[in-house]
Amino acid sequence: MNRFKDAEHLLRVAGVFLIGVTAFLLFRAWFVPPSFGQYGHYRADSMKDVAALPVVHAGHEVCESCHSDVLDVKKAGKHAGVNCEACHGPQGKHAEDPGSVKPVLPDTSVLCARCHEANSAKPKGFPAVVTAEHSMGMPCNTCHKPHSPKIVDDDAAKGGKK
Amino acid sequence: MNMNRRFFISLTGAAAVAWESLLAGSPEESPNYKVADHWWAMLIDVEKCIGCGNCVRACAAENNVPEGFYRTWIERYQVDDENMTEPIVDSPNGGINGFPQRAAGTGLTTGTIKEFFVPKMCNHCIDSPCTQVCPVGATFTTPDGVTLVDEKYCLGCRYCVQACPYGCRFIHPEKHVAQKCTLCYHRITKGLTTACCEACPTAARQLADLKNPKDPIHEFMRTHSVQVLKPQMATGAKAFYAHLDGSVR
Repeated sequence: MNRFKDAEHLLRVAGVFLIGVTAFLLFRAWFVPPSFGQYGHYRADSMKDVAALPVVHAGHEVCESCHSDVLDVKKAGKHAGVNCEACHGPQGKHAEDPGSVKPVLPDTSVLCARCHEANSAKPKGFPAVVTAEHSMGMPCNTCHKPHSPKIVDDDAAKGGKK
Repeated sequence: MNMNRRFFISLTGAAAVAWESLLAGSPEESPNYKVADHWWAMLIDVEKCIGCGNCVRACAAENNVPEGFYRTWIERYQVDDENMTEPIVDSPNGGINGFPQRAAGTGLTTGTIKEFFVPKMCNHCIDSPCTQVCPVGATFTTPDGVTLVDEKYCLGCRYCVQACPYGCRFIHPEKHVAQKCTLCYHRITKGLTTACCEACPTAARQLADLKNPKDPIHEFMRTHSVQVLKPQMATGAKAFYAHLDGSVR
């Protein structure tokens, strides 16, 4: 042990340092989640947390897989580019369980006006009316079929729902 | 002393190995979605926005956004062409119920006035000011270009809310953590589009994947003038606006 006689004070400091480093590593391993630092200074697993949130809007492809008849009507009309859930609202639950979760039909006098009520800030050329003058409170689907809104025959104009 | 040195050198070696194993983390799990294959952005065509509020409602339903807070919203601009720097901007309830026609005599009443809607949302910046200020690593930009919040790490300190130059963040009133647009990360990683894009009746918003060479955004950007909001802040914003008026900020 003579050879360490002059270095004992260094060994003591080294011992303290060693304990400190070990404690730091242990605490770090305990507190820092394994995925922290995988991509950067954050917990990569939180991406999975966000990605695992429930999907509320089913997406129009899912709707169209069952309601192909509506798609055919819609494709021919002015609303071809409007997705189902733009009007019918989120239908993820209905898509998961079509038997028991039934969507509620929207009230056209409210629904249509959201897009087609005249407003000076709307882009020029967008079809818009002052609903109070245009329909006087009647629901829009008295005359227009929402899936293909252009009135093509007289029956519809007279109030026949087709 | 020789033994001592050997001991120390072996100790640093062991420590280095332990450190490496700590940093390595767990491997990627979902096999269908590869973060390295995507770079998400949003294309917003101001000329197509009709201010119906569908995007705001869809976002609130999809993401359970608390009432009175908005991850996306619509602003109505009213600009006098002789005074472009002082537009009148309003956004009643974020536009969630659409926009009623301005009552006569309100807003600008003189001059040549133009009006238009501008949808706003998180710009998912490449150099996000919000992620740079987070003291705990609770907000970050993913390798596929989406700025997210780790709600388990967030302290609710509000630094990011102040740092975002676009005003896109808020503190959730019950969870007391920062929240923001996730670009519907739970949808886009499953191959769906975002809720706002799904609900937009005029396709004023389009989700875009800049790493996908077949994405129509490339053709659109090539043939149109496209801007980002507040380019002078060099945030690397990825919400690209077409037909954006100079008065918008």
